[in-house]
Amino acid sequence: MKEQLQKDFYNSIKNLNLSQKDIEIKKFCLDNFIDRGFPNRKVEDWKFSDLSQIIKNNIGELSFYNDQASTNKVDTSVFVDGLEHNKIVFINGRIEKIDFDYEKKDQIEIIDESETINEFKNSNSLSDLNNAFTNKCFKILVKKGYQLVKPLIIYHTTNSKIWSKNINLRLNFELDKDSSLRLIDLFNDTSEKNFLNIFYNFELKENAVLKNYKVDKFENKNIKYSFNNIDQDKNSISETFILSSGSNFSKNEINCNLNGVYASAFVNGVFSLNNDKHHEIRSIINHLTENTKSYQLIKSVLEQSSKAVYQGKIFVNSDAQKTDGYQLSKAILLNKESEFNAKPELEIYADDVKCSHGSASGSLNEDSIFYLMSRGLSYQQSRELLINGFLLDVVEKITDSEIKNLIKNMLGIKE
Amino acid sequence: MDNRQKEINNLKDYKYGFSTDIENIQAPKGLNEDVIKFISNIKKEPEWMLEFRLKAFERFKVLKEPDWQKPKFPKIDYQDLYYYSAPKSMKDKPKSLDELDPKLLETYKKLGIPLQEQARLNGIAVDAVFDSVSVATTFKDELTKQGIIFCPISEAIQNHPELVKKYLGSVIPTSDHFFATLNSAVFTDGSFVYIPEGVRCPMELSTYFRINASNTGQFERTLIIADKGSYVSYLEGCTAPMRDENQLHAANVELVALDDAEIKYSTVQNWYPGDQDGKGGIYNFVTKRGLCKGKNSKISWTQVETGSAITWKYPSCILKGDNSVGEFYSIAITNNHQKADTGTKMIHLGKNTKSKIISKGISAGSSDMTYRGLVDISSKAKNSTNYTQCDSLLMGNKCGAHTVPYIKNKNSESNIAHEATTSKISEEQLHYCQQRGLNPEEAVGLIVNGFCKEVLQQLPMEFAVEAQKLVGISLEGSVG
Repeated sequence: MKEQLQKDFYNSIKNLNLSQKDIEIKKFCLDNFIDRGFPNRKVEDWKFSDLSQIIKNNIGELSFYNDQASTNKVDTSVFVDGLEHNKIVFINGRIEKIDFDYEKKDQIEIIDESETINEFKNSNSLSDLNNAFTNKCFKILVKKGYQLVKPLIIYHTTNSKIWSKNINLRLNFELDKDSSLRLIDLFNDTSEKNFLNIFYNFELKENAVLKNYKVDKFENKNIKYSFNNIDQDKNSISETFILSSGSNFSKNEINCNLNGVYASAFVNGVFSLNNDKHHEIRSIINHLTENTKSYQLIKSVLEQSSKAVYQGKIFVNSDAQKTDGYQLSKAILLNKESEFNAKPELEIYADDVKCSHGSASGSLNEDSIFYLMSRGLSYQQSRELLINGFLLDVVEKITDSEIKNLIKNMLGIKE
Repeated sequence: MDNRQKEINNLKDYKYGFSTDIENIQAPKGLNEDVIKFISNIKKEPEWMLEFRLKAFERFKVLKEPDWQKPKFPKIDYQDLYYYSAPKSMKDKPKSLDELDPKLLETYKKLGIPLQEQARLNGIAVDAVFDSVSVATTFKDELTKQGIIFCPISEAIQNHPELVKKYLGSVIPTSDHFFATLNSAVFTDGSFVYIPEGVRCPMELSTYFRINASNTGQFERTLIIADKGSYVSYLEGCTAPMRDENQLHAANVELVALDDAEIKYSTVQNWYPGDQDGKGGIYNFVTKRGLCKGKNSKISWTQVETGSAITWKYPSCILKGDNSVGEFYSIAITNNHQKADTGTKMIHLGKNTKSKIISKGISAGSSDMTYRGLVDISSKAKNSTNYTQCDSLLMGNKCGAHTVPYIKNKNSESNIAHEATTSKISEEQLHYCQQRGLNPEEAVGLIVNGFCKEVLQQLPMEFAVEAQKLVGISLEGSVG
């Protein structure tokens, strides 16, 4: 893999106008990655999902060079109907379109930050890989007091032009005081066997509100890793919803730093998996100052030989008195081949806190099925009703009603 | 100073901190094959036992000391320890209690275990281990009548080799982790219990461990086998003198329960925790594992961990037999600079297996407490259930309490439920107690005892009283 990495690296930087210093930094990241390779099960955070092995089994040899010179045609048929929205379109990892038609032009600034290396608070080797190979990076700045009229949808589209490729993306967002943003990540893959490595960084200033919905619904054979870092100032709110369903393998990591008082973070997730899919959510909520709040709810429905993993950590610093932290994960295993692993973790250094977590996994309740069947429903109907109800609980947590309906439709949940 | 204050001060000090001036026989310092041969030789062990040890030592040489645990500690120099230390008077084993060194008897009296009196009065059979050797076992006659074997393991190796050979290392193999392997190579003594088929052990069996000599590691090995349909309740207590340096205690405990058998294993661990600044104290790195080998068998662990500078242990159950049951009840209290990383593993292999984990952690002062546990339901363990509850109580903002559970469910017909909470003693509760005339420390003691009640209830009566007192004492000075 080493030769391949180095060859592709030099091919990539040839096409970029980088200063000598930037090349050196990128080279440094590349060397770090070569040193460590893809994370494997010996790394504690990857204990349940051995990425190195998964890539080997599903993809084999990866190549890292992407031709960014030619443009791709934007296929408008993938755009979401019935919801007016702003767009950013990625096709095969290349930004093709940035469009904030519904917003006031002077309130949103798009800054090219391709030259800056991101200091992710993430110690895994994938951030090095990302830093070494990303070639375009934008920062989207929402100015003070501005609240976006329409949500922003980021389309992550891949098509059959790419095969066995690694794609690295990076986006930064800054939400200034009193601003707000609704963001939907929509994955739409018609490609197979690629590895997507996505890093987002969010900076929330005082009173800012971020709502991020990550929707991976369409069946595909890709492998995805996505990392969100969220820094939150006083009174800010972040809401993250993850629908994890379509890809062959996917791992979503949320790292949330509650730096300001009264900041709060919500992480909700749904795993709806079949076949031999393997998905993971890992969340780390760092309560760093007093009076902060976090709430997490993760529900999984697992069919066939699918596997879901939830690793959630609540960290409470010794200054963070009056913290309120809550975490719950529930799983229904529908097949004897399916598997659910959880590691809900608490690390607490302050005494005046209220922290709890719960985790439960098991089969569908036969009594409930019997109850419904005795009222005339078929076995299949009762099963569906129960599963829908189980998942609806999480979807109902979505605070934006437009987007809630969109996601309900996608999941096929009727009320 | 008024009497009450004096009483409190007495309680606050580690009352088992005295050391006994007794002449010792020690193996040469360091760890090598010669030392292992020395230990084996002095214990007059058969050839197969020496082979067992050497095999473990071979494995030990390639193992690395683990470093994933939460409490970090300075590197232990394994060549700077004595691996065998025994009171000189024990070289030729005394035939009966009357021949015991009076100084030893006095020591145990100070610890509250008067062996001679106990032999007559109390209904508990005691095996006492002093540094590396087992010094006395009481109530032997009565137990022998029922066919129960309760003796030091060194004796069992000679008198019951077929049992020891069959079961030693069957739950914790010589190729296990670092400390367990070290123990397999150099273990010196410990207790051996065999309960024959269908026998319900008429009394509690108990071992008392004491580390006396300085610079020694204590490596005892306990093996308990409960044959078909039998029942035994086993208690273990530990103390050590106050010393400035850290002492290592790496024991192995193996339990085997055959069809319909039940083993109840209770520990009150009160090793020297170090002084208020965290100097000295015992490193308690113990491997405890039980195997529910037969159908309908049950193993229950109960532990009260109040001592040791660092506690690092996970009493585990392997639920291999169908319908077997594993239980784990734990109270861990850390104060001053103590650190504890403890919990359990429940490995479900058989059908209809059940496990229950209740863990209560209390941390005060500048201490650190971690619950770390694994619940693993394999794909064959149909219809299994697990219930886990771990609660932590924090006192002050210099201490930490952490929960790291690993939950693996590979079976759709099985259910796992896990709950954890972390909180502090509420002002209302404290206020209520103080209003009724309790001083703050008594109030905290009362509330904490209530918090721990679920676990304390699991202890045999005699131990429960002691444990309750210990809970109070361990938290002295942590309020206000």
